[in-house]
Amino acid sequence: MTEKYVIAIDQGTTSTRCIVFDRRGQLVSLAQQEHKQHFPKPGWVEHDAMEIWRNVERLAPRVLRRAGIELSQVAALGIANQRETTVIWDRLTGVPVGRAIIWQDTRTDALVHALASSPTAADISDISGLPFATYFSGPRLRWMLDHTPGLRSRAERGEVLCGTMETWLIWNLTGRRRHATDVTNASRTMLLDIRSLDWSPEACEFFGIPRAMLPEVQASVGDFGTATEAFPGVRIGAALGDQQAALFGQTCFNPGEAKCTYGTGSFLLLNTGTELVRSEHGLLTTVAYQIDGEPAAYALEGSIAITGSLVQWFRDQLELISSAPEIETLARTVADNGGCYIVPAFSGLYAPHWRSEARGVIVGLTSYITKGHLARAVLEATAWQTREVVDAMNTDSGLTLTTLRTDGGMTADNLLMQMIADVLDVPVVRPLAVETVSLGAAYAAGLAVGYWPDLDGLRQNWHIAGQWLPTMNPTTRQTEYTNWRRAVERTFDWIQPT
Amino acid sequence: MPGTVQSIERAAAILRTLAGGPGRLGLSEIARTLDLAKGTTHGILRTLQLVGFVEQDRVSGQYQLGGALLHLGTSFLDINELRSRSIVWADPLAARSGQAVRIGTVLEGRVLVVHHVFRPDDTFQTLDVGTLLPLHATALGKVLLAYRAGSPVPELERFTRLTLTDPKALASALEGVREAGCAYEVEEFLLGQAAVAAPIRGYGGLVVGSIGVSGPVDRICDSRYQPLPRLVGYVRDAARAISRDLGATR
Ligand SMILES: Nc1ncnc2c1ncn2[C@@H]1O[C@H](COP(=O)(O)OP(=O)(O)O)[C@@H](O)[C@H]1O
Repeated sequence: MTEKYVIAIDQGTTSTRCIVFDRRGQLVSLAQQEHKQHFPKPGWVEHDAMEIWRNVERLAPRVLRRAGIELSQVAALGIANQRETTVIWDRLTGVPVGRAIIWQDTRTDALVHALASSPTAADISDISGLPFATYFSGPRLRWMLDHTPGLRSRAERGEVLCGTMETWLIWNLTGRRRHATDVTNASRTMLLDIRSLDWSPEACEFFGIPRAMLPEVQASVGDFGTATEAFPGVRIGAALGDQQAALFGQTCFNPGEAKCTYGTGSFLLLNTGTELVRSEHGLLTTVAYQIDGEPAAYALEGSIAITGSLVQWFRDQLELISSAPEIETLARTVADNGGCYIVPAFSGLYAPHWRSEARGVIVGLTSYITKGHLARAVLEATAWQTREVVDAMNTDSGLTLTTLRTDGGMTADNLLMQMIADVLDVPVVRPLAVETVSLGAAYAAGLAVGYWPDLDGLRQNWHIAGQWLPTMNPTTRQTEYTNWRRAVERTFDWIQPT
Repeated sequence: MPGTVQSIERAAAILRTLAGGPGRLGLSEIARTLDLAKGTTHGILRTLQLVGFVEQDRVSGQYQLGGALLHLGTSFLDINELRSRSIVWADPLAARSGQAVRIGTVLEGRVLVVHHVFRPDDTFQTLDVGTLLPLHATALGKVLLAYRAGSPVPELERFTRLTLTDPKALASALEGVREAGCAYEVEEFLLGQAAVAAPIRGYGGLVVGSIGVSGPVDRICDSRYQPLPRLVGYVRDAARAISRDLGATR
């Protein structure tokens, strides 16, 4: 009997990974390729969608070889992707019209501002479950249509197609046959009716997006066709936005279960079940996942734009460390932050503030401050931003978070994990799988083809790999939180309206 | 001089030139100083850059001595980086073996635990990252001792009846570790506990740490107190996967 496996593609912000998983949900092999980040102007961030597709083609044989398996042993393929990153391409030639505009890009600032002040803006927020922000793909599509000569009429004639990264990959994997997205990715466009789970005609009209260019919306766990490229013959069983995939990978299938993924940005998602919860405190209402033929599960999401990328900035722009993990080594050279706080509002602040005009600050500088204190302030910024989101989540959901399940690249940082336990005053747990984004995509795909029988079967695979308990004294916690909030206030209103 | 390697001599000369220079030097300057072809010099510089002995300024493209040279003889790899780079492989090892996983490096004559994955049975356990263990009485430590040429043999403290306290016995055990490519510990540190460990290698095959599983003797060993071959295989596979990610086989 030959053993079967499931493969996940994690199309992330900085790299694309292909991972082979076994029946216990354990990683068998991994292949990874970074892609170039293009910064044509301040606030603009782009990827070359073709480069990303080529990377997938290159990674496929590599990951199979490393696992020592054949294509015939792959039961299903699942895709998790960076969300809100948007690309438009030519239906006939398959060539992208310009680069993909990524989620961190703030070029739509003025556009979003203008749209948000229109009289029907509130209706659109109600339909889509999202506030007006540069983060989402709808405004981005509108911007592309406005700024590429002739594109709108081509879109209306159906000559060009658009999509987020999973749509782009599915289209290429299926030999340009299937133009589809899943509900979780679609729920980040501002174009989806979050209740009916299909494109909202009102929202499409509001943003001026021709329906002809939009992909078909499908359940996350279902049928996205069979690959003819990269993994020929393998069924694509699932697609999920990366954060929803991580929620799935953490097996947060019950209402009230939450996880936080610490990568470039950080994202706390709380499963609210089939009930749609509206946030009063700056959280997003989003689709958690949908299994074909079942009602969708919803989530409340707290999105933090800059966490791991602050560490990258410290490494690449300040050059104070040579690799990201060295931030912990440097931070451990001092006992505290020395009174220094860094608020990384590089492209404004996301949840719970949603202040696009905010910009980053370093406060509390004195001649006493060393690079060790700065390193500590970098890590603490991630911890306090988590605290703000958790506070909002507790208030909105009426539940109180009792433990935080974490994953993502930053969970390798023990000092950070301890800080998070300390500032939240709850235990922080890391499960036996750091790559939960990929794992979630694999779980979903495996479920679609019957490789795993049901959600309960997946839960059996979840185990605690590490745990950090709070040790900070309550007075220190209170003082530090107050200081953090004062620092955050200092970022507001920095960009003046023009 | 039979048996000398020319490119190593040239690499040494390049390092001396950079150390003696005013600061950063350009490729042509270095090539000219040493009367070497530019292509050759570039190849050597790129290799030196890969191992961290040389750094290149991003703006000017000039070269200078790298940070790794300063840490020669202390630690080869930042411990937090070692954890970050091995975390994805330590988890599957814990899942497959059903036992706790630890990764260690040498710190002042002891094993410093830099990463710890709980035994995956969801019982209450405490992270012991930062703990120091004896080199000679643990599988993790014996791996580190076996591959650290010329390091002073630590004081051979006795923990149990089975601890190796005779330098000769230890030396031959370490010889066995080098032959097998992995180390065992059966009740040498803690009664009722056993462990298996293997080396993690970085660039050039240098051993930068060890990874191992540990647990009750009856879960790690067969009835003759020999470690289960299946476990040894898992540990070796994990060590190899991490080493490959660290660039060991390039
Ligand atoms: N040990 C560490 N301490 C702090 N930050 C880290 C550490 N290791 C990685 N990071 C940060 O984590 C991010 C990478 O995590 P990952 O989950 O791979 O992100 P993504 O999927 O968003 O690309 C990077 O931004 C990096 O700076």
